Amino acid sequence: MLSRIAESLFWIGRYVERADGTARILDVHLERLNQMPRGEQREVSRQLLGVMGTRPPAGEFELSDLLHALAYDRTSPTSIAGALGAARENARRARETVSGSVWEGLNTTWYGLTQHRKDVVGTYRFCHWVVERTAMVRGLSDTTMSHDESWQFLVLGRSLERADMTARMLSTHDVHAAGLSWVNMLRCAGAYESFLRTRRASFGDQQAAEFLLLDRLFPRSIVYALGDAEKCLTNLNPAYRRVGFINDASRIVGQARTFLEFHQTTDLMSELPEHMERVQKACARASDAISRTYFSQADELSWVGEVS
Amino acid sequence: MSELFEDYATAARRTPAFDEMFDGDQLPRAEYSQVAAALSELNLADVTARADSMARTFLDRGVTFDFAGEERPFPLDIVPRVIAGTDWQVLEQGVAQRVRALEAFLNDVYDKMSVVADGVIPRRLITSSAHFHREVSGFDPAGGVRVHISGIDVVRDQQGTFRVLEDNVRVPSGVSYVLENRRAMAKGLPEAFGQQHIRPVEEYPRRLLAALRKTAPPGAEDPTVVVLTPGVFNSAYFEHTLLAGLMGVELVEGRDLICRGNRVYMRTTAGEQRVDVIYKRIDDEFLDPLQFRADSVLGCPGIVNAARAGMVTIANALGNGVADDKLVYTYVPDLIRYYLSEEPIIANVDTYRLEDADAREEVLDRLDELVVKPVDGSGGKGLVIGPDASAEELSALRTRVLQDPRGWIAQPVLQLSTVPTMSGGQFSPRHVDLRPFAVNDGENVWVLPGGLTRVAMKEGSLIVNSSQGGGSKDTWVVDGQVNGPVTVPEGPPVTVRERVSVWPIETGWQDRQPEQQQQQLDGREGSGNA
Repeated sequence: MLSRIAESLFWIGRYVERADGTARILDVHLERLNQMPRGEQREVSRQLLGVMGTRPPAGEFELSDLLHALAYDRTSPTSIAGALGAARENARRARETVSGSVWEGLNTTWYGLTQHRKDVVGTYRFCHWVVERTAMVRGLSDTTMSHDESWQFLVLGRSLERADMTARMLSTHDVHAAGLSWVNMLRCAGAYESFLRTRRASFGDQQAAEFLLLDRLFPRSIVYALGDAEKCLTNLNPAYRRVGFINDASRIVGQARTFLEFHQTTDLMSELPEHMERVQKACARASDAISRTYFSQADELSWVGEVS
Repeated sequence: MSELFEDYATAARRTPAFDEMFDGDQLPRAEYSQVAAALSELNLADVTARADSMARTFLDRGVTFDFAGEERPFPLDIVPRVIAGTDWQVLEQGVAQRVRALEAFLNDVYDKMSVVADGVIPRRLITSSAHFHREVSGFDPAGGVRVHISGIDVVRDQQGTFRVLEDNVRVPSGVSYVLENRRAMAKGLPEAFGQQHIRPVEEYPRRLLAALRKTAPPGAEDPTVVVLTPGVFNSAYFEHTLLAGLMGVELVEGRDLICRGNRVYMRTTAGEQRVDVIYKRIDDEFLDPLQFRADSVLGCPGIVNAARAGMVTIANALGNGVADDKLVYTYVPDLIRYYLSEEPIIANVDTYRLEDADAREEVLDRLDELVVKPVDGSGGKGLVIGPDASAEELSALRTRVLQDPRGWIAQPVLQLSTVPTMSGGQFSPRHVDLRPFAVNDGENVWVLPGGLTRVAMKEGSLIVNSSQGGGSKDTWVVDGQVNGPVTVPEGPPVTVRERVSVWPIETGWQDRQPEQQQQQLDGREGSGNA
């Protein structure tokens, strides 16, 4: 397949997952933020934006600014609207490769972006709607596209972004030192029920963080998502090697996953910030490595002469 | 007839144009009887709801064209345009004839120019065409076809006779709307589909792919076909993706291609892959910065040399613009006689060549009665309709014509035929044209049944271009007796297959099925209120 198309698919995967993750995080935090006094609200809004990867602007930063920056700002790829717009734009470029229903799903979502009230209550609805729409797009891409190279790129982008998003969800816990309960944290990832059924009585910070970080069976856990990304990378280049690794991206993702998976600790909570930072860094570096291997175009078109 | 047609007769009498649905006594013509019956059942609320749902589907599916940087859905009217099978047969032959003549003309023009030597067409007329490209002179394209895809615009005059308005043999667009319109209409007006045979359009992508593969350079075993688009900002981008998708081939941009050793490759995740046939959807001038515009970043350097070396087929061939020059158009009937020794099946619209001094004088006297068009324009750009133009526009036109008589032609104002169209809460007559699409694989010219009908949305307006507020109609070629039993044209005979059993024999599972389902039901009842 064309490198350009592969790149578009990778980014469709990433952006859709990002919109989903951001909507989940915003939904849960909004509940908390609403109950805070004004001053604290401002401070926490600012920090939350930082965790999501955007530097807050200087000056006053109100809750409504946070909503704009994370939900409705179409110019920023960190916001939900921006991510969905970018996903749709990428799908437009790769329209003959994605299935008709995936394209339609993204296109209709994009047209629906403007149809929401932008106050706090409207944002709850909006987040809910985004979670639904992105789930639909994921479902459609899994059931209507061949699971060939193109789909692998889509899932690769999705898995990396998912690991990254879960890492951010866990990082936001620091922001709310005073408040955000682990129940909400788990709800954020849609993991609450699974967690309860797995862990039953032993319930606490440590177990919840462990679940989101290390669980081998929960699809939104970091270890699981990184494992998915690894599988895609292997499928994309199935050359069998007795020694070593296939490419840089596999090495980066594999190292991060194995470290987490086989790391033994008694004090996960104090290590958590470092884990999160390293996971996010690994995702970013893996993404760069993938671009170099698969998407790199000669920077400029040049005539290479007529010698064969 | 329903209330929606109440004022139709009055409106139809205001224009001398030929109405395709109603005859002189305001009775529906035979080919429209099904449509008329379906429409008479509907009231305004029905029609509005259906039109809304059709527009919404188009937006969701992204059936849009780019207008001033904004994506707009192409308006589709709920009343289809119907052409009787017998009329279509003539049109089809006429279009194919024209394509064959233009193909022969292009082969000649870029070779010996015997058409000039034999005095059929003046040499200066060819050499002064902006689209006569000396860069591609003197070689036959690989695969031997120049006009793979063409769109021949036809209109019906006041008597209802079909006439050719212009030829498009460079990059004719609009076929995607034909395919999408049919899908939308099947949902929007299902009642009209039942009782008659409407010739299907969905085989177009298959035909196109087959023709493109057939014209691949010799030696390509399993030719790789690509569609070359200028990119996502092109007004016809939707069409490019649709065609590439329906043919199952890659949609490439210039930057995805690379030429080396007169061969064209595309950059893929598995390295470079050889390309054999390029369905080119960008203008010649932008295709190869080495040969044409050096500032173009849409194309790929070296591609013309590859074509010259016979290593890649470009469809349509470069330099085709000389054949759809509007001044050459006036000679097409002569070209048909010269190359094919046949009489033209569809006539041209009467046209004045403004470089001819007598004609120019006459036209300049009657500017306010005529339509004046630039010879290399498309999309209705630069066209001036005399009766609608102001005095200043006319005097500006006069100066421009005198400066460059070769650049203009003039035609009488043609009252294009009308078809009922939804507008302001009722149906009223609107002018339409028709663009049938032809695919030429070197041996046969296949014409897509129907084609794109464009309709001017404003009353009395004769400009149907989408960029100037035109819409479209689904175009049906209807066969068979419309009132009697339907006769489906003969296709390949349906063979009844014998059933063959290959699975190991299993006994009894079908007998047990009801039992199992029963068990499940019992289980559910049992646990329900426990």
